[in-house]
Amino acid sequence: MSDMSRGKTVAFRGGGFAPKPQRWIGVFVFVTLILLAEWGTRSGWITALTLPKPSDVFDTFRELYESGLLFKHLGPSLSRLVVGAAIGASVGISVGVLIGLFSYIRSGLVPLVAAIFPIPKIALLPLFVIWFGIGEGSKYALIAFGTFTPTVVATYGAVDNVDRTLIRMGQSFGLSWWSIVRKIVLPGAMPGILSGLRISLAIAIILLVAAEMLGAQYGIGAYILEAGSLYDLERLFAGVVILSLLGVFVSFIIGMIERRLLGWRS
Amino acid sequence: MDIRLDAISHSYDDFEVMRDISLDISSGQIVCIVGPSGCGKSTLLRFIGGLERPSRGRVLQLSEPPEGCLNPLTYIFQDFALLPWRSVSGNISLVLDDHGIRGKAAQGIIDDVLARTKLTDFAKALPKQLSGGMKQRVAIARALAVNPAVMLMDEPLSALDSQTRELLMDDLVELWSRQPFTAVYVTHNLAEAVRLGHRVVVLSRRPGQIREVVEIDKPLAEREFGDADLDRAQKHLWQLMRDEARAADAELINV
Repeated sequence: MSDMSRGKTVAFRGGGFAPKPQRWIGVFVFVTLILLAEWGTRSGWITALTLPKPSDVFDTFRELYESGLLFKHLGPSLSRLVVGAAIGASVGISVGVLIGLFSYIRSGLVPLVAAIFPIPKIALLPLFVIWFGIGEGSKYALIAFGTFTPTVVATYGAVDNVDRTLIRMGQSFGLSWWSIVRKIVLPGAMPGILSGLRISLAIAIILLVAAEMLGAQYGIGAYILEAGSLYDLERLFAGVVILSLLGVFVSFIIGMIERRLLGWRS
Repeated sequence: MDIRLDAISHSYDDFEVMRDISLDISSGQIVCIVGPSGCGKSTLLRFIGGLERPSRGRVLQLSEPPEGCLNPLTYIFQDFALLPWRSVSGNISLVLDDHGIRGKAAQGIIDDVLARTKLTDFAKALPKQLSGGMKQRVAIARALAVNPAVMLMDEPLSALDSQTRELLMDDLVELWSRQPFTAVYVTHNLAEAVRLGHRVVVLSRRPGQIREVVEIDKPLAEREFGDADLDRAQKHLWQLMRDEARAADAELINV
């Protein structure tokens, strides 16, 4: 055993390539960036025209909250977002499942979806105003349309990826077609559908601002657009922060749904 | 329930995979099908259960399935085919739901099959928590739940390590001894075939044809690991298969 002491330790070369969540690092990055901006704007090497002072943005935000205007803006925006995204996502999931299951629907609709996916939905806003009116209808339509296409693509991809041996198993036990769809295809496609929803709901938030370009007195989007045209950077940033928080919130909700529904994944 | 394969031939386009296979499978017997890879043994099993259609020939049920049989032809798959989002008992209730068996009646069946496969303590576990051998026992429990007339087993032990395979073979023999079932058992493992088969059907390489049917008379319960009779039978099977297997191995795939 004396030979052992003369040996050289084998150099470690494994490990890595497995990122793990680190709790407070995200918060730290945010805080550092904001402090940096605050320091820069205060000391003057970032001019007031380039970036507003974070503390001023915070003051604007507080004013907005104290005057009650925040909820006056947030209310209509949230209802537009919820209604529009719900329509877009549910129609998108249904169409996606149909594309995943039926050859004719697939051949007919996949090129159509590919054709409407790259259309900037904002460009269609005037058209939607004519079709659905200047009121809430056009706003719902724009957000729904924008969420629809990514949801369809994610859903039929997810249905395609459902393990075929599980479907054969269902058939071999004499399960009905509807049972196979409900108990095997849909749960099997759920991981893909949910990760698609993360993207579609982010797009819905982006389109919220576009939807409020025409005929909206209140709403986060209207607030941001007004601040932008007046070059009121504090209010612009306060609005943008609200949208970001909305995005974080939506992502958090989906994360919760994933933990609940997808606990079976190893 | 007896099953007859009547002159089954199959080809994909003009690529012949199976030629003129006729075979009787009688009740209470385990028929093993062995053959070199690509001889179409799994395809044959899918024909028997009606998951695929042969180009020529028919699969016949010679009698009505017995009373209380929910799914006469029931598969056990190599990769278990358990729904990962359902618990052990959920995976079994899945196949009972569609036959209108729910609630108490279903629970009764589930408890019974879990007890027969020694899984009672794992009713609430998810598949990801189980080892391979346990997963296959769940699949066997699920198959037993529908009270099959014929079990169609597609390499059921091939995804398991050799110790687990021995244990599961013992379990299968025990299940059969307590209540003889009819089974078609596809495998490439000759030790499994001589251990579990009353008859072993040897297929030739592509196009698959029946080369020989070997009868093994020794009762299942008396067969043991390393049995001299079984070794002889296994050697005989291997001699039948060796050249075929070598030739099959050297073939190009999908030409």
